[in-house]
Amino acid sequence: MAAVLTRDIVKTFDEINAVNGISLRVPDGEFMVLLGPSGCGKTTLLRIICGLEQQTSGDLLIGGNIVNDIPPRARGIAMMFQSYGLYPHYTVRNNIAFPLRTQRMPSQDIQKKVGWAAQLLGIGHLLDRRPRQLSGGERQRVALARALVREPTALLLDEPLSNLDAKLRTSARQEIKNFQQRVGLTTIYVTHDQVEAMGMGDRIAVIDHGRVRQVGTPIEIYQDPADLFVATFVGAPPMNIVTCNGGGYLGFRPENFLPRDMIGDDGVTEFSFRVDRSEYLGSERIVYGVMDGFDSKQPITAKLPPAHVAEGSVRPGEWHRFAVKNSELRRFEASGNRSTRH
Amino acid sequence: MPEPLARSLRVTGFSLGVAFFVILAAFPFYWMAITAFKQNSDLYDITNIPFWFNEPPTLEHIRYLFKETLFARWLSNSLIIGVCVTAITLVTAVPAGYSLARMTSRKGEALGIAIFLTYLVPPTLLFLPLSRIVTELGLQNSMWSLVLVYPTFTIPFCSWLLMGFFKALPIEIEEAAIVDGCSVFCAFIKMAVPLSLPAILTVVIFTFTLTLQEFVYALTFISSSDQKPITLGVSTDLIRGDVFFWGEIMAGALIAAVPVAIAYNLFLDRFIAGITGGAVK
Repeated sequence: MAAVLTRDIVKTFDEINAVNGISLRVPDGEFMVLLGPSGCGKTTLLRIICGLEQQTSGDLLIGGNIVNDIPPRARGIAMMFQSYGLYPHYTVRNNIAFPLRTQRMPSQDIQKKVGWAAQLLGIGHLLDRRPRQLSGGERQRVALARALVREPTALLLDEPLSNLDAKLRTSARQEIKNFQQRVGLTTIYVTHDQVEAMGMGDRIAVIDHGRVRQVGTPIEIYQDPADLFVATFVGAPPMNIVTCNGGGYLGFRPENFLPRDMIGDDGVTEFSFRVDRSEYLGSERIVYGVMDGFDSKQPITAKLPPAHVAEGSVRPGEWHRFAVKNSELRRFEASGNRSTRH
Repeated sequence: MPEPLARSLRVTGFSLGVAFFVILAAFPFYWMAITAFKQNSDLYDITNIPFWFNEPPTLEHIRYLFKETLFARWLSNSLIIGVCVTAITLVTAVPAGYSLARMTSRKGEALGIAIFLTYLVPPTLLFLPLSRIVTELGLQNSMWSLVLVYPTFTIPFCSWLLMGFFKALPIEIEEAAIVDGCSVFCAFIKMAVPLSLPAILTVVIFTFTLTLQEFVYALTFISSSDQKPITLGVSTDLIRGDVFFWGEIMAGALIAAVPVAIAYNLFLDRFIAGITGGAVK
């Protein structure tokens, strides 16, 4: 196991910068999530780390050594692909054994290792099947077993859950996270799904247009977004952003935007809010509307606890007094960056 | 019209249509088969009904082929040429198709089309420059000249066919192998080749049939009987002046056709997968 460090990595495809100078430090044993919209360069960065793409410039260090010119097979990194990339003409056993065979490990040791990996992921009974006879969740475990069997220096995962249905995704998320904690493996996980990122990452790197916008723990990313992109990309519904009179922007999370009487009296900013539409989602009620005196590109949303807000109290067309605690307000400069915090 | 009647009419119409095309396709083979076993007196008596045996069938033509002509030699020549050309084509076209599919950017597409276009140049144009090459190499009047020449049209087409098939293989499989410790070449050998067996089989059958039925180059480059492949031998040595040895010609064609027909039928499904595999996503 080893730390992974990228130093100002740039990757250009046909004069378009897919990765535009990314420096990222993933310490030994950390679960790092690369989060960003599709086409932001996160998968390209992952492919550079495992060696399937060569960066245009910049350095890549694994365990302290520069590995720019080392071929993928010598980097000791394992990767799990979005479609798993299982070998369809091999049995599960041979799929898992393949990374060991390429290292010319004696077959007795291979048997032992395959048994260990299969047991770890609970796929011992599937060893003689072929990939096409497996369900999506089983395929994912086989791919994970294959990635882990040779005890890689780091594990790279490229949207591993996107082929699973929603129910399975939740349990698979848990499994991967548990597993990673148990083995303490340096892991870089690419996703566009913020729920996965928030739920699994020790730290998250939010990437857009080939650049890192912010690196931080899920709490930092959510509570203190570094710029407007992070603020609106993370969170569902996203942070409300309104233009301020003096230039710049003001942001607040929908769950902090509540009827005036639900918030105490200390340090509160009040707004006048007209309700246009309301959605009942069981655990919460999402209310859409506009705010008097503020411009916003998106409708302003408020996320209300249904237990405290009755159906009749927020009817469409009505004006209400809403408020946000001052400590929950985030200010952004006109450039989109976060204003210095007070 | 009542429904059952309409349905039986539709079925009958469909069956008649199919029957028409089956007869159209099968008739030449039928004609070939019965002619091969007819006695000459039956064959050349114009008062006989030509569609069936009027005298008992005979193996005389086949005996004549093997005893009085070099037919066995032609067969083995064709077989040797076919095997050699197929081997050369595989060794060249499989890596070529793979490289065109995987290792080039947009230029690869244009290159693939350019390679395919060379297949469309007619042999009647090419045999003039090729005959010069064959002479320079001292291969004139030798069946090895055909082993040299046939790959010029099998390789372009097969590279193109394989390119389409390799493009349809998910690249993640090879990339996974590369990350798992393979070199690019090892990923090609261990993943791409076994997974494209249907396409490779198609190439084998296609190349073999093409060399078996080729005529123009063989006629141009070979004149001694013992060097001829079967297509040339049958049509030059069994027509003497204006005398056609119909029974022997048909027997020769039948013997050459049967193994190919069996091979096609055994591999038909895979063959179709190979041809359509690259085209359909």
